[in-house]
Amino acid sequence: MQKPLELILMRQLAAHLAMPIFIADAEGMVLFYNRAAEPILGRPFAEVGERPLREWMREVNLYDEEGAFIPPEERPLPLALRDRRALHRRLQVQSFDGRRRRLEATVLPLQGQGGRILGGAVIFWELDGA
Amino acid sequence: MKVTLWGTRGSLASAGPETVRYGGNTSCVAVEGPEDALLVLDPGTGIRRLGAVVGKARSIDVLLTHLHMDHIQGLGFFEPLYRPDIDVHIWGPPSTTQDLRSRLTRYLSPPLFPVWLRELPRVILLDVPLGSFTIGALRVDAALVSHPGPTVGYRISDGRVTVAYIPDHEPALGCRKFPDAPAWTSGFDLAAGADLLIHDAQYADEDYPAYVGWGHSSLSQAIAFGALAGVKRLIPFHHNPSYSDERIDRLIAQAPAPISLELIPGTEGLTLSL
Repeated sequence: MQKPLELILMRQLAAHLAMPIFIADAEGMVLFYNRAAEPILGRPFAEVGERPLREWMREVNLYDEEGAFIPPEERPLPLALRDRRALHRRLQVQSFDGRRRRLEATVLPLQGQGGRILGGAVIFWELDGA
Repeated sequence: MKVTLWGTRGSLASAGPETVRYGGNTSCVAVEGPEDALLVLDPGTGIRRLGAVVGKARSIDVLLTHLHMDHIQGLGFFEPLYRPDIDVHIWGPPSTTQDLRSRLTRYLSPPLFPVWLRELPRVILLDVPLGSFTIGALRVDAALVSHPGPTVGYRISDGRVTVAYIPDHEPALGCRKFPDAPAWTSGFDLAAGADLLIHDAQYADEDYPAYVGWGHSSLSQAIAFGALAGVKRLIPFHHNPSYSDERIDRLIAQAPAPISLELIPGTEGLTLSL
């Protein structure tokens, strides 16, 4: 089944941008992350593919600035989709390769025509490689 | 279902001896279905001639794909709009900024046009639902497609035959390789398995690179899209206003259409009974 046009165009845009972007739909399916996001997440998207966000949450751990674990329901993307608003947070991400990275994440709910929330895009800003 | 092409040209009406065979009127397609249903897909300039032959229809549904001028310019010249014995429903894609009446009134009001939209006797304006709805015995599906501004394509079925209409469409926009997977291709669900696809083919392949992002397809892209969607017949239309009949002849003759896809060049006046 075809994805909504807005998500198709968002993916095309992300594929062409050099900043790290991660896209999920409103049903909680990870749809895409671009090449710039691959070093942060520790694995190429082509290897990981589309998969439910809840599976991700078992393998990709998020911590706040002080290093405290962020439970799945309090992660920025689910919060942004639930509250239908943008969020910006400093985080630490421990991803597929086990490395922990400090970064800032901006989460934007993707609102389509008619007010439909179609998913969310996360833009990462890496602070260092620690 | 009977489908008639009343306008096949893109962007600008292009009357002249060099366009007389494929036609110079802008986009307009009539779909006649069961129970005297008459759907008009886009009131480009081709709608004027259709207005003279609506017959006994007492209800007409005009479906706009978008509000670019070449797709609405004929509206004020559609004679049934002025008749008190015919209901005309005009369906248009929703916008986040202005309702359909406000947007159409920008054209149907002085100084651009002498008659106000509000003066037309039995016109009903409706937002197109993004999804399925019915008009008489016809099922209509509408979905957003890749073209600047809110633009939809249509899929129309009488339960036996399905026609897809996507006159302004650039599914290749941003693709590193086209066609992409069906799930990531604009318009795929509208066209999937259709008996007939009427699709944008504004450019020759060599001209397309200069117009990326303008919202249109090359003929090769239209064919690739139709093949991906598994349609039986493809009518490439929305012809470039600067292309002569001879140039379109050459493009069609050289087109890389697979055997499974019947290619029927969009020709004004063409009628297909499906």
